Amino acid sequence: MSNLPSNLKYAKSHEWALAENDGTVRVGITDFAQQQLGDLVYVELPAVGAQVKAGSACAVVESVKAASDIYSPVSGEIIEANAALKDAPEAVNQDAYAAWLFRVRPADLSELDALLDAAGYQAVAEAAD
Amino acid sequence: MAFTPHTESDVREMLAAIGAASLNELFDEIPENLRAGPLQLADGLSEMETVRHLRGRAAQNRPLTCFAGAGAYEHYIPAAVWEIAQRGEFYSAYTPYQPEASQGTLQVLYEFQTMMASLMGLDVSNASLYDGASALAEAILMALRANPKTRRVLIPKTVNPIYRRVAATLIGRQGIELQELPLDPATGRMAPETLDGFEPGSVGAVVIPQPNYFGLLEDADALTDASHRLGALVIGLVTPVATALLQPPGTWGEQGADIACGDGQPLGAPLSGGGPYFGFLCCRQQWVHHLPGRLVGATTDLEGKPGFTLTLQAREQHIRRGKATSNICTNQGLMATAATIHMALLGPDGLRRVALQCHENTRKLRDRLCAVPGVEAVFQGPFFHETALRLPRPAGEVLAGLAERGILGGCDLSGDYPELGNGLLVCVTEMRSDEDIEAYAQALTDTL
Repeated sequence: MSNLPSNLKYAKSHEWALAENDGTVRVGITDFAQQQLGDLVYVELPAVGAQVKAGSACAVVESVKAASDIYSPVSGEIIEANAALKDAPEAVNQDAYAAWLFRVRPADLSELDALLDAAGYQAVAEAAD
Repeated sequence: MAFTPHTESDVREMLAAIGAASLNELFDEIPENLRAGPLQLADGLSEMETVRHLRGRAAQNRPLTCFAGAGAYEHYIPAAVWEIAQRGEFYSAYTPYQPEASQGTLQVLYEFQTMMASLMGLDVSNASLYDGASALAEAILMALRANPKTRRVLIPKTVNPIYRRVAATLIGRQGIELQELPLDPATGRMAPETLDGFEPGSVGAVVIPQPNYFGLLEDADALTDASHRLGALVIGLVTPVATALLQPPGTWGEQGADIACGDGQPLGAPLSGGGPYFGFLCCRQQWVHHLPGRLVGATTDLEGKPGFTLTLQAREQHIRRGKATSNICTNQGLMATAATIHMALLGPDGLRRVALQCHENTRKLRDRLCAVPGVEAVFQGPFFHETALRLPRPAGEVLAGLAERGILGGCDLSGDYPELGNGLLVCVTEMRSDEDIEAYAQALTDTL
């Protein structure tokens, strides 16, 4: 099974969420997801300032054979998008946990509690594999 | 493709399998008035009788010497173009894009893209779209995806009216505002100052036709720069033959146009009752992800041998469905193949000579027709291979008179541009001789 850091929360839809000290949440896709997608060729990021809802699509990653929606794990405002991915989407393949996609200022941090921990996500990923 | 006939019982069986009671019910969704009616042919004719009947009907067509353009142009097509394009490998293949089986077609489309991008002075080309009008609509949608700040697009009235109608139909339901820039009846062109009236940031894209519908050359450099100052992307709508002679869109102004589109028919597709034609669409590398349609790339296989394959497919409808860059799936591979052969045979210099001859002939026709009493040029200023004339009588009547004398005299402008009076748009390509031009002038004199 692929790499699953224990300090992260996970969504069933294969995003990871990192609660940061300043109360914001950093979001990316899991190592399992990048392996399933294959070589990424493009990442469409959300606009900074946009309001997102937990579980709603707000970004798209494209590999050579698939385009997949990325769902925000929490509701809130997009405060930053990782613009470096525009020119180097392959960074997600190289290190899915370093190559974050966007940061959210959540309206309600307790939404994180509804997400899975590493063991819970591992079960989801194994079922999907 | 295999010839697969089916009997009445085959049809019944197929209908039963899908649960339709009749063929009519199967086509229920198509409004009655759009369905093809029965052919006007007697029942029970043999093949020989049918051919004789149809040849007789065809013989009633009277060939006219063509002086009409307005988006469709009669050029000489070297015999080799369709001799090669009609080879079975090109002619009969259906969606021939599997790289393991279609290297020839993929290589031709790769060459097509290379030639079109080079002709337009831009970085990337797709492998063709339906026609010039749908290419313009796709260019507009693409520009707004690349530049999503606003949904307003400026489109001058000097763009081919058919293209404007098609664009409005294809994009009208997508919350896009197509704002028409008025025609300056004095010049027939778009004044760059017109653009100064817009707030920077309030326009997503500007369409610049070159030459415009009246054959006139727009001030593409100034218009491009004024559009970019507004933060708008520039869509150059061009005639490919003219581009061999004029500045390619990629070099307009300080930064060049962002997108170029148009109809590729003048590059080897015959005039045949309105089609098939093909649209082309080129852009800068930075917008490639927003470019709709197929893209063929060159690569090397595991053994290091060169090969060709479709690339960036994740933008396409079979993967992205509703989020695809376009949901018009069809391109015009055969037309693009013919155009590739046509361009390869002519070369840049040959294409340039065709363009020069077109312009020279149009200048001759304009001078000669304006010497006919009562006929005058509607606009002054540089033109390419088309020009608008004003007649002393309605153009429709005059065209009928010319047709009786064996001449297809142009396109009546009064329907789309009543403000120009009895306007007639005439065009001359390299196909017309001095004698043809003189015959037109005589016929016009007689008709008037």
